Amino acid sequence: MNENNSNTNLSSVVSNRAWRQSAPWIAGAAMAAFGLSRRSKSGLALAAAGGALAYAGWRANTSESDQFLARGSVLLNCSPQEAYQRYRNFEDLPKFMFHLESVTKIGERQYRWVALGPVGIPIQWDAEIVDERENEFISWRSLPGSELTAAGSVRFEKAPSGRGTILTAITHFDHPAGKLGYAVAKLFGKVPNFVMQQDLRRFKALIEAGEIATTEGQPHGPRSLKAAALKLADPDRPLARSAPMSEILKQQRRTA
Amino acid sequence: MKAVCWMGTNKMSVENVPDPKILNPRDAIVRITSTCICGSDLHLYNGLIPTMEQGDIMGHEFMGEVVETGSAVQPEKLKVGDRVVVPFTIACGRCFFCQQKLWSCCENSNPNYWIAEKMMGYSPSGLFGYTHMMGGYAGGQAQYARVPFADVGPLKIPQGIPDDKVVFLSDIFPTGYFGAVNCDIKRGDTVAIWGCGPVGQFAIRSAFMLGAERVIAIDRFSYRLEMAEQGGAETINYEEVDDVVQTLKDMTANVGPDSCMDAVGMEAHGDNPMYALDRVKQAFKLETDRPIVLRQCIQACRKGGTVSVPGVYSGFADTIPMGAFMNKGLTMKTGQTHMMNFMQPLLQRIEKGEIDPSFVISHRMPIDSAPQMYKTFRDKQDRCTKVVLDPWATATAA
Ligand SMILES: NC(=O)c1ccc[n+]([C@@H]2O[C@H](COP(=O)([O-])OP(=O)(O)OC[C@H]3O[C@@H](n4cnc5c(N)ncnc54)[C@H](O)[C@@H]3O)[C@@H](O)[C@H]2O)c1
Ligand SMILES: [Zn+2]
Ligand SMILES: [Zn+2]
Repeated sequence: MNENNSNTNLSSVVSNRAWRQSAPWIAGAAMAAFGLSRRSKSGLALAAAGGALAYAGWRANTSESDQFLARGSVLLNCSPQEAYQRYRNFEDLPKFMFHLESVTKIGERQYRWVALGPVGIPIQWDAEIVDERENEFISWRSLPGSELTAAGSVRFEKAPSGRGTILTAITHFDHPAGKLGYAVAKLFGKVPNFVMQQDLRRFKALIEAGEIATTEGQPHGPRSLKAAALKLADPDRPLARSAPMSEILKQQRRTA
Repeated sequence: MKAVCWMGTNKMSVENVPDPKILNPRDAIVRITSTCICGSDLHLYNGLIPTMEQGDIMGHEFMGEVVETGSAVQPEKLKVGDRVVVPFTIACGRCFFCQQKLWSCCENSNPNYWIAEKMMGYSPSGLFGYTHMMGGYAGGQAQYARVPFADVGPLKIPQGIPDDKVVFLSDIFPTGYFGAVNCDIKRGDTVAIWGCGPVGQFAIRSAFMLGAERVIAIDRFSYRLEMAEQGGAETINYEEVDDVVQTLKDMTANVGPDSCMDAVGMEAHGDNPMYALDRVKQAFKLETDRPIVLRQCIQACRKGGTVSVPGVYSGFADTIPMGAFMNKGLTMKTGQTHMMNFMQPLLQRIEKGEIDPSFVISHRMPIDSAPQMYKTFRDKQDRCTKVVLDPWATATAA
């Protein structure tokens, strides 16, 4: 599942139409944020998408698992304007990005992001919008000195024949060391695209249906012990820091 | 409240569980007055569809009275006191698929869509009481149910029509009708329908409504075949003929039925070696579905005809005669029923007296007898065709 360590996945990233169209500006932003000198897989993937580097170079310079690239796309039954405006309201992102605890405006085009790691470890970074065009795209990167290095972009394209809007998002995390690194790894390491896709599907639900379908809190009969340990629904849902220790341990066991 | 819970394969039990609450703004809570056991529930009872969990509340065919609505439900759409039939498919009404009227393919109603995506590529809508893969929603074999997107699905029923006449608008009447619509019937057509369960019974009557000249119904239980005949069908008891496909050939001047409907699904019964093999494969999870009827439909259908599959399949089926399907140029149509397309028009037919769906009911029982009734219905004992449960009656006898 790890998107950035096999060449098939790389080529599928590169061959994606939406990606190709958006590659130049994303790559620009991403390279500014990370720099090719980092020789990170995804940094080079971005560069390769722009045609700057050959695959061989990517291969030779790769060191394992120091970055995460998550990408996903979703079709929204609304105009690019509506999608852009809803998304651009960053303070509301935690409504559908369940890993985020909060997004707070801290300056002109600058925001503080606080995410929840799977074991309640908070991950925080400050980011700024590096470029945006109304109703078309937003690209952002973390500010120097942030606990975490990250960059991302979201693009809104009109889908053919009135089918709404294609949203394509890419987020790129540098893997920090230590306890925080562990939390980030848990959060995005195993299946970064899955986490992203869950977020985007919830955004779609909010835009289209006005709410996110759920069964949490509905009644049921007696569960078996096995089922309690093996929760089927939404295995990547984070727990609040205030969650009881037993819950945190249970989730740790589940994601281990 | 009382609720029928799936406690494992062949294990249903009536448990006391908390009442449902409004969880989302477009929810409603319905106090259930009638609820039914469906042939689809038997696939869960028999443990053949993955992702059930002990304690899951069963049931997807129910009606009742709205007792609470969420903050986003407009009173013009639904309000406390409304009497409603609830469709078994859950749909948001606003995604691409809902707007195409492909309600059972709604994108926003299955919170566990990713489980279904692993198996099917893309996920269908959420369903009540029908596995976690299909959303894990608590079902309606209970005293109350929470109904998501309550401003889209539930159909308001005027006072004065008894539950028995309208409760099947929750699934099997529209499903039989959808099966017939999917047969692409032209005036003068012959339609063959495998399975004379409730779905088959409504399919027979719907096929005539849509202009079929002849309907040939196939099953092995004589009491169900009699009911099919009362609906105007000719019948074949497949245990009394050597070969169903040949019999259909003989009955149609060697042309074959214009359309063939599989109203049986993944648990078809048979008496040939292929059936034995399918059963073994199913038991060892090499195959989830026994496509005996589907195979026959494809073989029997006339060239250029249509195969309609309202019968439920869950995963993988072996040895589908693709050669026959391709070379005869057949078309296949299927799906969980797009309920909201049919509920209102079929209610009108009921109101006009064109049909009284209560003819399929063989048992009216208190909810406490549900575990026993699952068995009776599965084993087709006691001339059982359709069980309607009363969630509020108390059991007098066992
Ligand atoms: N598509 C949908 O949305 C939808 C909705 C409801 C039910 N269903 C499905 O429709 C099917 C029928 O439901 P039901 O409530 O009528 O169930 P049921 O169990 O009452 O009826 C099935 C009938 O098929 C007969 N049968 C079994 N093997 C046969 C064979 N080889 N040839 C001919 N007949 C055979 C049985 O004798 C039985 O009478 C089920 O698979 C159910 O899951 C689908
Ligand atoms: Zn049903
Ligand atoms: Zn929908």
